[in-house]
Amino acid sequence: MRYVPNTDADRRAMLAAIGRPSLDALFEDIPAAVREQFRPMDVPSRSEMEVSACLGALAAANVGAGAVPFLGGGVYDHYVPSAVPYVVSRSEFATAYTPYQPEISQGTLTAMFEFQTMVTELTGMEIANASMYDGATALAEAALMAERVRGRGRVAVSRSLFPHVRRVLDTYAWASDLPIVELPYDGTSGRTDVDSLPDDLSAVIVQTPNAFGVIESLDGLKAQIGDALLIVSAYPTALGLLNPPGAFGADIVVGEGQPLGLPMGFGGPLLGLFATRKEFIRQLPGRVAGRTVDADGAVGYVMAAQTREQHIRRGRATSNICTNSALCALTATVYLASVGGEGLRVIAKRCFDLAHVLADRIARIDGYELAFLGPFFNEFVVRTPEDPAVVSARLAARGFLVTPPEELATLGVDGALRIAVTEKRTDDEIDRLVDALGGTG
Amino acid sequence: MKTIFERPRSDRPTAFVPTGKANGSTDDRRIDPAHLRDGAPRIPTVSEPVVVRHYTELSKANFGVDDGFYPLGSCTMKHNPKLNEAVAGIHGFANLHPQTDPALAQGTLALLHQLSELLRKTAGMSAVSLQPVAGAHGELTGMFLFKRYFEERGEATRTRILLPDSAHGTNPASASVAGFSVGEIPSDERGMVDITALRAALDETVAGIMLTVPNTLGIFEERILEITEAVHDAGGLCYFDGANLNAYLGRARPGDMGADVFHFNLHKTLSTPHGGGGPGAGPIAVSEPLEPLLPVPRIEADGNAFRLDWDRPRSIGAVHAFFGNVLVAVKAYAYLLRLGDEGLREVGENAVLNANYLQQRLKESFELPYDGLCKHEFVLSASELPNGVTALDVAKRLIDYGIHPPTIYFPLIVREALMIEPTETEGKASLDAFADAMERIAGEAATDPDLLRSAPHAAPVRRLDQTQAARDPVLTYSLDEAST
Repeated sequence: MRYVPNTDADRRAMLAAIGRPSLDALFEDIPAAVREQFRPMDVPSRSEMEVSACLGALAAANVGAGAVPFLGGGVYDHYVPSAVPYVVSRSEFATAYTPYQPEISQGTLTAMFEFQTMVTELTGMEIANASMYDGATALAEAALMAERVRGRGRVAVSRSLFPHVRRVLDTYAWASDLPIVELPYDGTSGRTDVDSLPDDLSAVIVQTPNAFGVIESLDGLKAQIGDALLIVSAYPTALGLLNPPGAFGADIVVGEGQPLGLPMGFGGPLLGLFATRKEFIRQLPGRVAGRTVDADGAVGYVMAAQTREQHIRRGRATSNICTNSALCALTATVYLASVGGEGLRVIAKRCFDLAHVLADRIARIDGYELAFLGPFFNEFVVRTPEDPAVVSARLAARGFLVTPPEELATLGVDGALRIAVTEKRTDDEIDRLVDALGGTG
Repeated sequence: MKTIFERPRSDRPTAFVPTGKANGSTDDRRIDPAHLRDGAPRIPTVSEPVVVRHYTELSKANFGVDDGFYPLGSCTMKHNPKLNEAVAGIHGFANLHPQTDPALAQGTLALLHQLSELLRKTAGMSAVSLQPVAGAHGELTGMFLFKRYFEERGEATRTRILLPDSAHGTNPASASVAGFSVGEIPSDERGMVDITALRAALDETVAGIMLTVPNTLGIFEERILEITEAVHDAGGLCYFDGANLNAYLGRARPGDMGADVFHFNLHKTLSTPHGGGGPGAGPIAVSEPLEPLLPVPRIEADGNAFRLDWDRPRSIGAVHAFFGNVLVAVKAYAYLLRLGDEGLREVGENAVLNANYLQQRLKESFELPYDGLCKHEFVLSASELPNGVTALDVAKRLIDYGIHPPTIYFPLIVREALMIEPTETEGKASLDAFADAMERIAGEAATDPDLLRSAPHAAPVRRLDQTQAARDPVLTYSLDEAST
């Protein structure tokens, strides 16, 4: 038996109770023509030990998991305090459904409320939802929300978004018949050029740090874009050090929450962050927890503002999202509780320091130079003296992974690689990477 | 409940990272001052013992499937095998960056390819995409495929999606996010799609239909082949919501019923945990004409090696940053390998047997609006209970018996609905215990209705005021007050 407690005797007793002669008789309502076409997967049952061994062998074939990742692009190799997965894996959290019954879901709901609070603090916004699927769909939904709010029929998007985020935005925008105007970047600084901004936009969308790792200039941007909504996609770890987009008047802030305690997992599950202004609450997508009281007046939490959602409003909901990334949001919450705001700042500063040490050393190697002069956080683009694909392969052979050149080429930057540094990188790893590039520092 | 913001503060952050020679070696004045945060974020510094106790306390105020019976209709809250968690945590899966060179990620790519193949066979369809990360995300992706399909055929005038009135709320929402308008088809007196009404609604403006099979009453659409044929004959496509796949695993396949897109809920049918609202996964299987339109990248096999195929000019693009919820896929793959064909058949049989047994027992004490053979779930009505006792009261009282309430007030076509799905991972003993509790509650409705109206009595909190939360939403803790 595999996860099925009924015995043969149970099944016989239950069939007798319902007056059916056999298990087959339970499926008579499926048309015979459908049943006759059924074909199995052609897979045998296996013991737990066999499956464990099979999966172990597949995991071992992921040679890249043994390399040192200087990869970024929204998913980063940050350190995860031991308490985080330990607490989050408690089955009362992990095996619960969406908190439709708040009286026995106070754990999930209280954590959602904490998460929303932490996200608003990091982003400098007034309200946040309980999560989206990932940073990419969060950004796409932000664009759709801005169009609902402003209704101008188009949005402007910085070219220097991560390409994998832009692809998702393009798909959602196409389906919504929402044209996208692309904003170029300045070839020297790597920052988005908003000088020739068209009128009549529902939103202007930028990412900071952007796909080149460059911190966008948000100062004065809001005033420059008129009454289009300013949507900023931000890296939450960087917000330990950087002034939050809310301080610059952003209307919607989204981001990829994976750096807050989640494993890289080949890119999933991820965690979409979504924060905005209180005035837009009726247009917010996704679930939100709110504070209330019980029949005795004790504080408790429930899902709030549900009239926006699909299970009430159906075809007129603000989004179709239902199941989201609740356990990932809990992970981020326990992560932020564990490190605290001060600790996040320490982590962010260490990422910043290590990245700048490495960048300075690489820039001193013959033929290498930083591609952009704009300030960066923990990720930067370097031009290479030879074919970057060759350099990338040489690094991989030495056990280092960097962002391959194709990604930058799609953004119009040739002959370059992107390198990300987190607090997990050691002085020794940095020495060896510089050595592998041909420098000594 | 207290929040972490109300717990005792520590005076210094825990040292999680070492201090190395780089620390402080660079000057953050490299960033213009306007872009530097003024002080650290006001997230409190709390010591590890306090953090662990706080979240352990929160967890105890939660109820998961490991805590007890969870007959939440249409949610398939089955046991989550612990093997799944163990394998998804293996370093080689968990610590792999999504931009790793595919040559160095062959294990995960092989797994995703093989899982796609098993899901494809289970659906009896042409191809699978693992990119959608939730059921509703699968629906949305399916609607994108419909849109692209009709665009390519020069039939962009097909802008309407039909749905039965028993459909999940995500169905109309997904259709409308993809730019379709929605038309509702009534159910007939047996709870099935009214085929006459469907035929009358089918015209050249209809892009297709979204169906749930069996439907949300737990009833198999006996005329499913007529329905899908009528839609196809009218030039439309058929979307199948796979939330209820547990009902016919090992017995039938949506591809043989006329589905063009079918989504799996790995967090329902394939036993991955729901996490209190995700992460789940909602892979889709599609019919042959839609295969070229699937999201990029596709994972292709070249002999024994696996590569990413981006060269798909007809693709709708991407719907997720990377490859979908890969670690959820790892769990589902472990589950399918464990079960094999024999195990899948056993799942369907026991899920349906359990539901019919419970239905038989409970129709003595509750109204059963649609009597007859059900599949994996069935819907009772609390509308006949005495003293004005409601479905909500029954649900809250069940909590006192240590049982998670069923889905209530859904489907919308049943008044005071109680939608019950036991799943195959409950045995007869727990079904009997649930039926006993329900019978006692029906008795209490007559003898002591206030006991029900004031329930729950044994939960971490009493009944919560949802109206206040809606009227005056407080969505964040005020850190201004908290700062000390």
